[in-house]
Amino acid sequence: MSEVTLIINDEEVKAEEGMTILEAARSAGISIPTLCYHEKLAPYGACRLCMVEIVRGPQSRLVASCVYPVEDGLIVKTESDRVTKGRKMLLELMWARAPGVQPIREYGIKYGITGVQVIRDYGVGRKNMAKFEIEPSFCILCGLCVRYCAEIKKENAIGFVGRGIGREVVFFPEIARRTCPGCQECFSLCPTGALPSHYGLVEACH
Amino acid sequence: MPRLNSAIDLERLKQEILTRADGKRIVSITNGTDGKTRHSEAVVQAFIDEVEKQGLADKVIVKSTGCHGFCEKEPSTVIFPEEICYVSLKPEDAPEIVSATLIENKIVDHLLYVDDDGNKIVHESEIPFYKYQSRIVFGNNRLIDPKNIEDYIALGGYTALAKALLEMTPEQVLEEVKKANLRGRGGGGFPAGIKWETTRNAPGEIKYVIVNADEGDPGAYMDRSLLEGNPHSVLEGLIIGAYAIGSHQGFIYVRQEYPIAVQNLSVALEQAQELGLLGSNILGSGFDFDVKVHRGAGAFVSGESSALMTAIEGRVGEPRPKYIRTAVSGIWERPSNLNNVETWATVPLIINKGSEWFTGIGTEGSKGTKIFSLVGKVNNTGLVEVPMGMTLREVIFDIGGGIPGGKKFKGVQTGGPSGGIIPESLLDTPVDFDELTKLGSMMGSGGMIVMDEDTCVVDVARYFLNFLAEESCGKCVPCREGIYQMLKILNRICEGEGREGDVEVLEEISEVVRDFSLCALGATAPNPVLSTIKYFRDEYEAHIKERRCPAGVCKALISYYIEPEKCQACLICLRNCPVGAIIGGKNLVHVIDQEKCTKCGTCFEVCPPRFDAVTRLSGAKVPEPVLAGTEVARKRGKKNE
Repeated sequence: MSEVTLIINDEEVKAEEGMTILEAARSAGISIPTLCYHEKLAPYGACRLCMVEIVRGPQSRLVASCVYPVEDGLIVKTESDRVTKGRKMLLELMWARAPGVQPIREYGIKYGITGVQVIRDYGVGRKNMAKFEIEPSFCILCGLCVRYCAEIKKENAIGFVGRGIGREVVFFPEIARRTCPGCQECFSLCPTGALPSHYGLVEACH
Repeated sequence: MPRLNSAIDLERLKQEILTRADGKRIVSITNGTDGKTRHSEAVVQAFIDEVEKQGLADKVIVKSTGCHGFCEKEPSTVIFPEEICYVSLKPEDAPEIVSATLIENKIVDHLLYVDDDGNKIVHESEIPFYKYQSRIVFGNNRLIDPKNIEDYIALGGYTALAKALLEMTPEQVLEEVKKANLRGRGGGGFPAGIKWETTRNAPGEIKYVIVNADEGDPGAYMDRSLLEGNPHSVLEGLIIGAYAIGSHQGFIYVRQEYPIAVQNLSVALEQAQELGLLGSNILGSGFDFDVKVHRGAGAFVSGESSALMTAIEGRVGEPRPKYIRTAVSGIWERPSNLNNVETWATVPLIINKGSEWFTGIGTEGSKGTKIFSLVGKVNNTGLVEVPMGMTLREVIFDIGGGIPGGKKFKGVQTGGPSGGIIPESLLDTPVDFDELTKLGSMMGSGGMIVMDEDTCVVDVARYFLNFLAEESCGKCVPCREGIYQMLKILNRICEGEGREGDVEVLEEISEVVRDFSLCALGATAPNPVLSTIKYFRDEYEAHIKERRCPAGVCKALISYYIEPEKCQACLICLRNCPVGAIIGGKNLVHVIDQEKCTKCGTCFEVCPPRFDAVTRLSGAKVPEPVLAGTEVARKRGKKNE
């Protein structure tokens, strides 16, 4: 593995080829917020909080640092205006969906948001939103549990169903009944604590 | 059928087919999905029976073909060699056409196309809808029974494949496509040759080539019609591409919702296999290639290349977050080259006629032709193939025949839900990948939805966002949550609850959805909103500030009112109101009960124009109703004098 040098926030950072920007940054003590990242799992690129700006001459581009591989001489800005502005909005969007959730509140405070400010949720349009009506949730759909079960445990006892705003995490009873009682390793991964309660619910139903 | 083992075999077969058909007249009848909705099946059968009955079976060939393009007038027929065209056929028209045109060589006047000035047009090529088109890709549809490979071969089909496999090296084929600057017809406009080269040069023995036939834009159906009507052109292009790239396995990802396309494609694959045009040792060249048809389960996002490839692998079609191109690491992490149906169908033409011929058509940056599905508020709906560089105005007014009912043009949505609405002032923009992108829209796969003055752009933006909210896979936050919040705001605006600042919030969310989304679905999702804000901001303001819908579409912002001075108490609206919201009686002024009214607009439509008593109000208060029992002020007619 050859070594590459990149510049993150004006700081020279050494990294190994094949690493992602996120890995390189964290190894140098530079923090980048993430919600769906876990070092044991394949990068998922879904929460988009880890987006950073990479600069090439006059052009710059936003990339997900959990996936983007390091290059020699790459210039990275992890807290540029574009990045922080976007992160704020992402956090606000997640806040609207999962208001009471700890990691979102924590990041929210860091990026200066205290609730749903810009979106100004003053009610849903009445007639046409019925099919999209969603209730506030504790699940932020980071997929850590789903991916852990699939990638590490290779059980697929838990997965996503639905799409768009209707996406949710469910246990598949046929598999879960058999595998989950003795495992429950995904519980500790859940950043919001939504999962144990969900599972408890499922178990209670049986 | 015997296997073809060389270019000579192919040529011999072609001559044989041509000799068999020599001197025969061809009656080509549209029988694609659009035709079938108007009983084209019965029309075809009627012609077959009638030709038999009138003893012409050995002189006339009745062909059931795919769509010819002019969907508005289907089922239609073109009689060759004269190219006499009859439109809007019914089964009972068959005897007359057979006896008059096929036997007596006379024209059946009443079945001809009639233009705006009342002129009857005999030949297909003179119909304004076709006159301005250059149908180099789509034009063969009318000469091909898609279930019969011989028709395609008779037109010189598979000669490009023979040329590529037997006379050219893969490098030469690649070079030719690169020189032609063929850009992806699926929407992105990425140069196909460069993509091919990437896959070709990518490490790995096994490589794949894929046809993207997951056409999902509302109102777009050119890929379907091409696959239905001329599946071999797509297949030939695919095999040529595979040869250039060094792939031996292809996939055709086609939507399950296109049953006829799936069926015709399967037949085409079988027949090509039988003739040795597919499988091992194609045309005796030593090149092997197989194709699998993968039927998509109807997710718009699966048209995105990485999602499509994930779906082919057998998993849920969700885009991948990787920054490595699918051309390098696609299906099962092997180099995979994906192109759209139309792109593949263009390849044989380039190989046969050369890149110089191809680059002679089109603009500086966009070469060749593009097929559009011209739909919406336009007189001639259908599929049109035009050279790049033709202006939108020419497409909509010269080919499309303008807006029906004397209404005014308002805008045209290109690129489906990922595109934007282009207003009247920019209608002289040429059809070109880069020009359309500059306007905040995009070429897309070729949907072109025309809107007239009765269209509310806020409502249209809401419609597209609603589509995208349903079709987002929900994986990444900006697309899943951002589109949802934007849709909520648009709904509020349309329902009369918009607030100052909403437009700015829409812009702010749009920016993040565009820049932070995982795939192109999210990245282009704000286009319908941003383009309407850019070109029609005043309409948003009218909705928000004046609670007024200028086009009179948003129900929450309109009311219907019967002007008492004009009402003649004819009882028509009263009887037609589906909710019984109109009060009145004989000789009594009719009044709409605003509480009960559902704003369906029936009264507005049925009120006789000579009275013109019902008005649609928006942004204005409904005047106090007249007292119940007020008698009408009769128009002075002879009777009362």
